Amino acid sequence: MSKLTFARAINAGLRKSLENDPKVVLMGEDIGALGGVFRVTDGLQKDFGKHRVIDSPLAESGIIGTAVGLAYRGYRPVCEIQFDGFIYPAFDQIVSQVAKMHYRTQGRVRMPITIRVPFGGGIGSPEHHSESPEAYFTHTSGLRVVAVSNPQDAYTMIQQAIASDDPVLYFEPKRRYHDKGDVDETIDLSTALPLDKAAVVSAGSDVTLVAYGPLVKTAKDAAMAAADDGISVEVIDLRSLAPIDYPVVEASVRKTGRLVITHEAGQSGGLGAEIAASITERCFHYLESAPVRITGFDVPYPYSKLEMHHLPDLDRILDGVDRALGRPNSLSGLEG
Amino acid sequence: MLTDQAGKGVHHDTPGPGHSAQNPLRTGGNLLQLVSPEGERISHPEFDVWVKDVGDEQLCSLYEDMTVIRRIDAEATALQRQGELALWPPLLGQEASQIGSSRSLRDDEFVFPSYRESGVAYVRGAHLSEIARVWRGNASYGWDPQRINLATPQIIIGSQSLHATGYAMGVQLDGANTAVLAYFGDGATSEGDVNEAMVFAASYQAPVVFFCQNNHWAISEPVRVQSHVQLADRPTGFGIPSMRVDGNDVLAVMAATRVALDRARKGGGPTFIEAVTYRMGPHTTADDPTRYRDPIELEDWAAKDPILRLRKLLEAKGLLTEDVEARVTAKADAVAAELRSNCIEMPDPQPLDVFNHVYSTPNSWIERQKDHYSRYLNSFNQPVEKGAL
Repeated sequence: MSKLTFARAINAGLRKSLENDPKVVLMGEDIGALGGVFRVTDGLQKDFGKHRVIDSPLAESGIIGTAVGLAYRGYRPVCEIQFDGFIYPAFDQIVSQVAKMHYRTQGRVRMPITIRVPFGGGIGSPEHHSESPEAYFTHTSGLRVVAVSNPQDAYTMIQQAIASDDPVLYFEPKRRYHDKGDVDETIDLSTALPLDKAAVVSAGSDVTLVAYGPLVKTAKDAAMAAADDGISVEVIDLRSLAPIDYPVVEASVRKTGRLVITHEAGQSGGLGAEIAASITERCFHYLESAPVRITGFDVPYPYSKLEMHHLPDLDRILDGVDRALGRPNSLSGLEG
Repeated sequence: MLTDQAGKGVHHDTPGPGHSAQNPLRTGGNLLQLVSPEGERISHPEFDVWVKDVGDEQLCSLYEDMTVIRRIDAEATALQRQGELALWPPLLGQEASQIGSSRSLRDDEFVFPSYRESGVAYVRGAHLSEIARVWRGNASYGWDPQRINLATPQIIIGSQSLHATGYAMGVQLDGANTAVLAYFGDGATSEGDVNEAMVFAASYQAPVVFFCQNNHWAISEPVRVQSHVQLADRPTGFGIPSMRVDGNDVLAVMAATRVALDRARKGGGPTFIEAVTYRMGPHTTADDPTRYRDPIELEDWAAKDPILRLRKLLEAKGLLTEDVEARVTAKADAVAAELRSNCIEMPDPQPLDVFNHVYSTPNSWIERQKDHYSRYLNSFNQPVEKGAL
């Protein structure tokens, strides 16, 4: 067991994958000598060579499109998109090509491509550097989408993503890159929690709180604060955003009867809407109140002096918990 | 090495800035031609050597392939008109470009086509049913890409140029001496992906050949809306040598493609070929070119018909015997009949097939939807009690 930052944990996972499989190649802007703008690929080009850790031209569609060709040739490319807001030029290759190739060829061509995306806000960046584009990709069949929330998962899930024969979008919460945590580097991938499973990260009985990526830590902090008020919050780390592990959420909601979902992305058409609808369909008779969403606003990601208002924080989440429980809250007295 | 060389009977469709001195492959603003529209063999000091093995028998066989794919095209168009195919993208007029280029490839070389390369698919060994089923709507892919080293047809314009480049980067990583060929049209050269593909290919010196069939029309947009320079001039700015070849001259296409493939195999990097040809039919069977195209332009190009040109050459050489004619016609008839029967007899897919192959591993969302839809379908088989609502 070692204590690693989030970024080092991903680095260690990438290193392990490069060591274990000669078909794994890394591609992205500035990932070589610089080691990536967040240093996630630090030292890998030095140790594995320029042919395995490829500094690519500044062309996101090119990075993903050439990865499609490499996958055709039997490689397992791991692409880095430098920032969430830069993924849009690659959107066509991801949703039209990467996602559909397996279906289009009726299973004859596989796309074992991993696309790493630092996502989310909270680091005081200018625009295009703090987005949460995950819902665009969870809406596209053929892609697996995961968001990691702690160094151990970061280490394990990057290797699982690379080993997956399906394409995986791997969202990294950039404001957690420097958080440290225990990482068991000897973990057996075949017995580790599978890539598409959710985890109950703190048990509770009054309300289910669903989070992923950067907000898992906030949700856990909120659960601890709620406990001081005698409220027992069960926190679920989704881990997989497509597919979502509904049985785990369902089991929790059947127990608690209440559901709060939180994410940084804007509310409309977001994952919170999907989870609220699906859980309502599956657990209608167990629900004591309507599901509550605590999310970013439906605005472009704001400039950094305002981002703390946009991002759900501990108090907004607790206010949502109060709404789910019918306790006095900021919307008390408001109809509808 | 190869230098720019003007052929005879050159067709200047757009004025070009001339050849680039830094680029040994550049054929200048002129088309490389080895056979004139009148069917005369034009000798060329640099390119002749690349087709010197193409003897009488091979010329007849090129003629056969071109005739057969024209027949496939006509039959498929008829099948569409009869409601048997949902759509068909005709390649009428582009036979020399497709046959000349695809017959230059080795079997082990991988090809990334667009949706119009049915002639290439035929040459690579795709079954006729595999060519038809995409357009019938029975599948979204035709052939097994690994079986014939031909990627599945690509409808998003220019997307495959990046796939070809990535594949070529993989070839490089493998240390293999094979080339990769990407087909796209004139319209695709406006797409970001084609330009990004050229950046990547040049940066890594990837063994890829970009084969652009300039058929002059991107649906209704003429090539002059796509480019102010000749398309073959564009790659020079990326550091990629190019050739401008008469795409209706199967020998010239073959020579140019062989030069480019050879270069790629030997580690010389990417090459761009602009095959100047003409789409004599509509973009697809859903299109009406009379709304945007001057009929005189079509007449001009009909006179440069690639099959007619090869016929004239064969006639001049005394090769077009009754036997050859009969054999080629019989082959075209047989292929057309087979295409028709394959198409009409093709079984429909099963309803639950809609859920298959989205992922290589199970996905809980899709499995649930498949289960629910299966129950729904099965509900039609349940007996309904009398008086039940």
